[in-house]
Amino acid sequence: MEHGWGHGGSSASTAIELICTLLYASVLIGYTLMARLSSQHYKSWPLYRYICWYAGCTCSVVVIIGPFAAAAHSDFRIHMIGHLLLGMLGPLLIVLSAPATLLLRSLPISQARRLSHVLRSRYAALICHPVVAAILNTGGLWLLYTTPLYTWMHQYTAVNLLVHLHIALAGYVFTISMLYVDPVAHRYSHVYRAIVAVIAAALHGMLAKYLYVHPPAGVSTGQAEAGAQWMYYGGDLVQLIIIGLFCYEWYRVTRPRQINVKTALDA
Amino acid sequence: MTPRTGYMHIQDDPAQPRYIYSKRNLWSGVLFGVGLAAFIDETIFHQLLHWHHFYDLSTTAVGLVSDGFFHAFSWFATIASLFLFADLRRRKGLWLTRWWGGVLLGAGIFQLYDGLVQHKLMGIHQIRYDVELAPYDWTWNIIAVVMIIVGSILLWRTRRRT
Repeated sequence: MEHGWGHGGSSASTAIELICTLLYASVLIGYTLMARLSSQHYKSWPLYRYICWYAGCTCSVVVIIGPFAAAAHSDFRIHMIGHLLLGMLGPLLIVLSAPATLLLRSLPISQARRLSHVLRSRYAALICHPVVAAILNTGGLWLLYTTPLYTWMHQYTAVNLLVHLHIALAGYVFTISMLYVDPVAHRYSHVYRAIVAVIAAALHGMLAKYLYVHPPAGVSTGQAEAGAQWMYYGGDLVQLIIIGLFCYEWYRVTRPRQINVKTALDA
Repeated sequence: MTPRTGYMHIQDDPAQPRYIYSKRNLWSGVLFGVGLAAFIDETIFHQLLHWHHFYDLSTTAVGLVSDGFFHAFSWFATIASLFLFADLRRRKGLWLTRWWGGVLLGAGIFQLYDGLVQHKLMGIHQIRYDVELAPYDWTWNIIAVVMIIVGSILLWRTRRRT
């Protein structure tokens, strides 16, 4: 049974590999071009954002094509690391590289206005809502690992592609629902986002421990235990970074503008 | 020069920032205490000593929920509390005695909850395996109670006197 495009020379798998490689190259080049060109008119685009974009796209693409992707089919631990890269670390890096901000300042005005309109649309508002994004993310994971979806993913290329796409997109909307780097039309309070984040993180951790003893079909005990711990602690790490950035944003926003300390010695 | 407010010492003046932010000091301390206790639990007992196990097969479903929630909450609590601490410092409102009181109270409550509810009632994991548990459990819980008592005393002594 064809296990995806890592091995086996079917034309479909090579076509997918080719498309992904081209896509990867073009988004890298495209981002660089837009950043360099727009930096001539506007403030110079910071170096760290280039790096975040390159790193984030690389994290995502290695999970879909190449030797890593091939290994993920048979090794649950590699699969789990792949999930962390595609669904958590990749989106985080991409969010930090502010792609929407870059697009808005690089596109001609009329197209930028159209993009802005799309970003403010009700559909965008819906999927970027913290609760909806959390459900898409965490719910999707629970679905993937506790239903036959996991097996289908390794049997059918189309399912495999869809699952990967969902993991990447769900990770992305969840991250932007927490970290307001790009312009956000529908904002939620810090407390609201924090509560959702903690509950989502809790569900993620619960799933990891659950998988420790109830792995998906066909996964050996050793791999299940290692994979589950990767999910638990790797997830912790990325969540920690997100929490840190989130709290730092709060700290900057609540900066006291003027310290008015009245003491007994004042008039 | 008699002070106009009628207080003997400047630190008794309720307009002092530390009094204005007394609740923030408390919460920063408590959150940090919870996070610290959870962190020590995770690093020392799970990772270094390997006393705790990742998943004890006697864990119930409700135990899994409790563990997941506290694990997630404690990470957030640690980081949020540190930023609260930094915020207090820049507002000149930090009250270390009160803050430490909060830390001890938070850590003690977490440890007691862990020792009684999570270890015993929910059976998520034990303190250590293949040993006589009683001395460990007693030590764990007594330390927790002591922290709660000391923390409460500190908080009582730094309470608002209006």
